[in-house]
Amino acid sequence: MAEIQIKNVAKRFGEYQALSDINLTIADQEFMVLLGASGCGKSTLLRIICGLETATEGEVWIGGRRVDHLAPKDRGIAMVFQNYAVFPHLTVFENIGFGLRMQKQPNDEVKRRVERTAELMHIEQLLGRYSGELSGGQRQRVAVARALAMEPDVILMDEPLSNLDALLRLEMRAELKGVLAESNTTAIYVTHDQVEAMSLADRISVMHQGRIVQAATPVEVYRNPAERFVAGFIGNPPMNFLPANRADAGKWTVAGQTYDGPHAADGSVEFAIRPEDIAPAESGLPAKVRLIEPLGAHLLVTCDVDGTMFRAVLESDLELKTGEIINLAPHADRIRWFDKSTQQAVA
Amino acid sequence: MNARLLPYVLIAPVTAFLCVFFLYPFFLVAQQAFTTGNGFTMDNFREVVGYWKFPISMRNTFLLALAVVPIQLALSLLMATMVNKMKRGRDLVLYVWTIPLGISDLAAGIIWLAIFEQSGFLNSMLHGLGVVDQPTSFLSYQNLTVVFIAIMLAEIWRATAIMLVIIVAGIGLIPKEYYEAAEVFGASPWKRFVKVTLPLLRPSLQTALILRVVLAFEVFAVVAALGGSTFPVLMEQIYENQFLLQNSGTAAALALIVLAISIFFTLIILRALRVPKGATI
Repeated sequence: MAEIQIKNVAKRFGEYQALSDINLTIADQEFMVLLGASGCGKSTLLRIICGLETATEGEVWIGGRRVDHLAPKDRGIAMVFQNYAVFPHLTVFENIGFGLRMQKQPNDEVKRRVERTAELMHIEQLLGRYSGELSGGQRQRVAVARALAMEPDVILMDEPLSNLDALLRLEMRAELKGVLAESNTTAIYVTHDQVEAMSLADRISVMHQGRIVQAATPVEVYRNPAERFVAGFIGNPPMNFLPANRADAGKWTVAGQTYDGPHAADGSVEFAIRPEDIAPAESGLPAKVRLIEPLGAHLLVTCDVDGTMFRAVLESDLELKTGEIINLAPHADRIRWFDKSTQQAVA
Repeated sequence: MNARLLPYVLIAPVTAFLCVFFLYPFFLVAQQAFTTGNGFTMDNFREVVGYWKFPISMRNTFLLALAVVPIQLALSLLMATMVNKMKRGRDLVLYVWTIPLGISDLAAGIIWLAIFEQSGFLNSMLHGLGVVDQPTSFLSYQNLTVVFIAIMLAEIWRATAIMLVIIVAGIGLIPKEYYEAAEVFGASPWKRFVKVTLPLLRPSLQTALILRVVLAFEVFAVVAALGGSTFPVLMEQIYENQFLLQNSGTAAALALIVLAISIFFTLIILRALRVPKGATI
């Protein structure tokens, strides 16, 4: 059992507040992705969990044990680094067995575990080579095998796929998911790539300016963003936002159309809708077509609604011309509302 | 100009310079060593090797190299590790530590002579503290151990920095992620030094050791200043043959012997610290 609890963690580098008020519980064997743009603090949080960095405040618990005062090796963790950090002077075999050798495991145990994890990562034929003789993808596999060979309670990964080319990244992503699911370890995975996050995670923690903005399942984060930032960050193209004016109790006027919205909101709210939750209709938001990008399966149409840029993903057989004015109707149950002052979602 | 020829044209002046001022004199020295008035001979070598001071100077040179180089290696590794841990003032400390490099070896010898001689700092200090009744002569032939230690100290003081700068540069090239990986996978600071720093430092250690070992066999001015004739070394023998005995043939033979020793150790160091193909950073 390796549940991870992060309690009130904060980190300051001099004047700079890198993390504030981080509270997160990661269940045993859960795959948690920390997602955010660069500089949001996600790597710092990972380094605090693994012990390469010390939190200014707060506690880290792994498997019911407080670990923030322990050395990395005593935390029951293993890590995959962004640049792999595969030791150049050791063979693949000795790289995978490095942690086991440090634990002074007997030779035959090292051999057994190295060979087993090498097989799992399909690198058994590379065991005698040096990292200079490996491709990026193979080095990545060695780095993962080295972590798995430790049979850790928790495996931490810092942007492990970001240095691979696109095709290899897809392949490794699927493989990582399979291997980690079989290994029964808890995983924390840092990335700035939302597609990677969506496809791998049991839960995503979206981070922004040193805070966790939302921690939820990928579908929940996508469908019900807790903050305007999440709505704009997740999804490609991101969510559309339009200004709304209060018409009546629970009624809001958006670009001349009236929609059911939040009752309680006293300040002004914003209307939000995902580009794929829109369809052309008899009546709807009047949109002037600016740009049409055929993407094969869909058309990505950039329009102008009420003076605001608005994107819609529409059926590819639709015949549109730039400059044309069309009516776009949002699916009523997919409309979201955000408070303009607090940036929070309102129902 | 033909692009394939250009590189050769550009290195031609340097090559010509090296040929005229290094290769040609080298052949002259070799010629002097292997000839007397009547053609090829090994007489010069026989003469220098048979001379009573030769085994002593050979032994002294080796002993000195053996005593000084390992200490300098350990010291420079320690100093380089310390410097690399520093966040502020690192450059200043490096400058201070490399000051002895800017002093000629004879001057260094004289500085240490000023400390150890009969009216030197050490004697004045010991006398002032009441440890000794009257100044002692540390550097006399009766105190060979003290002479040896004085030369050792002077050599360590003078020439550790040359290894230090090479090693500092080498350590700077090792990516910090390797240390983090080693730490996460359970390596203690000492293990990280032995399992990460040392192996990844092999190219720099090679350069530093070759440079230092070759210089150790060429030690002369410091020894001459502190030991004089009580502590003969190989270079001093060359000087003696060339300028006191006016025998350039035997001096050339000795020079070739020193060269052979240097090449031998260079090859050993290259071999011992070689990095396998594909195992570089």
